Amino acid sequence: MTSSTIEQLRGRAEADARTSGCYLIPDKELLQAFLEGLQTNEQRYGYPSCPCRLASGLLEYDRDIMCPCDYRDPDVAEYGSCYCRLYVNKEVFEGKKELPSVPERRPLEKQARAFQAASMPREQGSKAEAAADEASSEKPEDLVKIGPKMWYCKQCGYVVFREDPPYVCPVCKAKREFFAEIKTKVEFSG
Amino acid sequence: MNISKVDGKNTKHKVFVYALSTCVWCKMTKQFLRDSSVAFEYVDVDLCSEEDKEKIRKNIKDLGGSLSYPTTIIDDKKIVMGFRKDLLKEALEL
Repeated sequence: MTSSTIEQLRGRAEADARTSGCYLIPDKELLQAFLEGLQTNEQRYGYPSCPCRLASGLLEYDRDIMCPCDYRDPDVAEYGSCYCRLYVNKEVFEGKKELPSVPERRPLEKQARAFQAASMPREQGSKAEAAADEASSEKPEDLVKIGPKMWYCKQCGYVVFREDPPYVCPVCKAKREFFAEIKTKVEFSG
Repeated sequence: MNISKVDGKNTKHKVFVYALSTCVWCKMTKQFLRDSSVAFEYVDVDLCSEEDKEKIRKNIKDLGGSLSYPTTIIDDKKIVMGFRKDLLKEALEL
């Protein structure tokens, strides 16, 4: 797996901040440290999971904490920065407000689930992935039930295939309440 | 489990930090303790084996903490979540 350079990670984060109306932490040293953490995680897991959270190493269970994480937008809106504080709002960026301390929004079940998935022997781990891939298949008893669903934004029509709808529509910025599930039915015959 | 020990003059309290090697605020917590000459031990949980992670998870939960990092445990009972200089200063009487 080729990993991104710090500059590529910085570019990606800057572009993402611009399109989502937030800013990167103004302190250059801290920013560098965050980018290095993301780079380490990308090299380690194959995706840049949040440097301030413990990843399971299984994409299906870490999807919500891939930077920018699912919780960034509501946290920036409510507290002025995301959980790890890489992304901040305008006030914090301009130094009008101190860096806030942000409580963990990621549900405990998801943290525990990732833990559980990561501590399973490898063989079962791949079973977990298979279970995640095939939502309709029968799951091993305790295994984390991850069934990606389809959601659409009632405002702009954006469609996403994930476990939960996003907090904010990445296209039109509609809130989570604007997302509705698309129910699909698969029938086999013959 | 690979527990690292940092020496310091201030040994008034037993200080243990659960950290992540990638986490900026964990680094700041360790640095703050070093700068305050507090003797402490820490473990980078992301570098632990799965078995150890499970033990750590149980330990943090038993003490009533949540699974966020850094988690600083003082004298095996008081927990400070996150890099909170004010709370650390108060708990360590700095």
